[in-house]
Amino acid sequence: MISIKHVYKTYDGGAEALSDINLEIADGDIFGIIGMSGAGKSTLVRTINLLERPTTGVIEVDGRDVTALSGEELRAYRRRVAMIFQNFGLLAQKTVLDNVCFPFLAATGKVTEANRARALELLDRVGLAEKAQSYPSQLSGGQKQRVAIARALACEPEVILCDEATSALDPSSTNTILKLLRDINRETGVTLVVITHSMDVVEKICNNVAVLERGRVVEQGSVAEVFAAPRAEATRVLLGKVDWDA
Amino acid sequence: MLNNFLAEFAPLLIQGTVDTLVMVFASTAVAYVIGTVLGVILHLTAPGGLRPVPALNAVLGWVVNIGRSLPFIILLIALMPATQALVGTSTGVVGVIPPLVVATAPFVARMVEQSLAEVSRDAVEAAEACGASVPRIVFSALLPEALPSIVRGVAVTLIAVLGYTAIAGAVGAGGLGDIAIRYGYYRYEDEAMIVTVVLLVVLVQLIQSVCNAIARKVDHR
Repeated sequence: MISIKHVYKTYDGGAEALSDINLEIADGDIFGIIGMSGAGKSTLVRTINLLERPTTGVIEVDGRDVTALSGEELRAYRRRVAMIFQNFGLLAQKTVLDNVCFPFLAATGKVTEANRARALELLDRVGLAEKAQSYPSQLSGGQKQRVAIARALACEPEVILCDEATSALDPSSTNTILKLLRDINRETGVTLVVITHSMDVVEKICNNVAVLERGRVVEQGSVAEVFAAPRAEATRVLLGKVDWDA
Repeated sequence: MLNNFLAEFAPLLIQGTVDTLVMVFASTAVAYVIGTVLGVILHLTAPGGLRPVPALNAVLGWVVNIGRSLPFIILLIALMPATQALVGTSTGVVGVIPPLVVATAPFVARMVEQSLAEVSRDAVEAAEACGASVPRIVFSALLPEALPSIVRGVAVTLIAVLGYTAIAGAVGAGGLGDIAIRYGYYRYEDEAMIVTVVLLVVLVQLIQSVCNAIARKVDHR
């Protein structure tokens, strides 16, 4: 369970990126956070693994406040909360296998034979076992994202944060990635936090959703409710339920 | 005529080439040890870096800039007492290596800093999100990702140092620059001058080609 309580993020210079965010994300859920560009989605998801520190507020994971973590404790926490990115974030000079092994290297300073075997299993799970010795530049966008998912799974995380994971992909690769994420959620019970600006993504895989606008949560609830009766203007725009030419 | 020339100059030119190569490679190697450390610190402590320390970054930046603004010939002469104390001589091949290192390390620091800045921010952020420590990110992500760019920087640095060694020739450092000045300039031996210049041109081409080949080999993008 991730509880985000009264989180604010204000940048030097006074720009307020997040304002009084309150969310509860249950274990095993697929939770969507949707909003237009600049709404603060990426900032919000980055506060969960503390790539950005909230200015004030508390983020509790299983009842423990993580915002004060630093050093080795912070790094250990980050291994429980994996992340995948819009631009994949793969190391271009390492093979696919070495990229998937990177979390082991980060955790222990070395990569054992057992780690390598596990990484190969994960590559097999995402359908890329035969690409283990390739370099990221030899893969398509969808394949790169699958490698990133295998890397995210390496440390058996409890949560995977997906920051616009399909925004750079074509519709067919998007479907492959979404199906893969949904199946992994079902198989392992890993919690997924899905940041997106696409209602399509939310509709396909999320159970619950929060709508973010200018750093505030303007609507949240189950996907069925929010889609059936959107209350906030931002939600209606995202759903395409406004006259675009008005 | 060619035979006469070779008989007179071949041993001298071979010795000069060897001296030049020793000066260039030894001082560049030491400068890279120091400069890479400085470049990594500059990169990490910069605003928005992985460990921002604005004061340290500013001070180190000034030191590097000062090192880069001193004309090499002035640095060479100013350092002579220190060089004498350090390696026991302030002339010859050995005597010119310390000032070459001092002149080159700040240059290398900026080259390495620039190569690190080119590494994809996404990849570094992903490494951070994997729970990697800063030293782990430096050694397992930043430096390996920047390697092709660093190798191209090595070519630029080696060639700049080659230029410095020719200047050092003016104050008795040995090497091809020394030969060009003593025989070509002071004694009007045009053939000696031309051959030294040709040798320097060949060295530059070789250094550039070899470094390009290595950079291509290690670059998997």
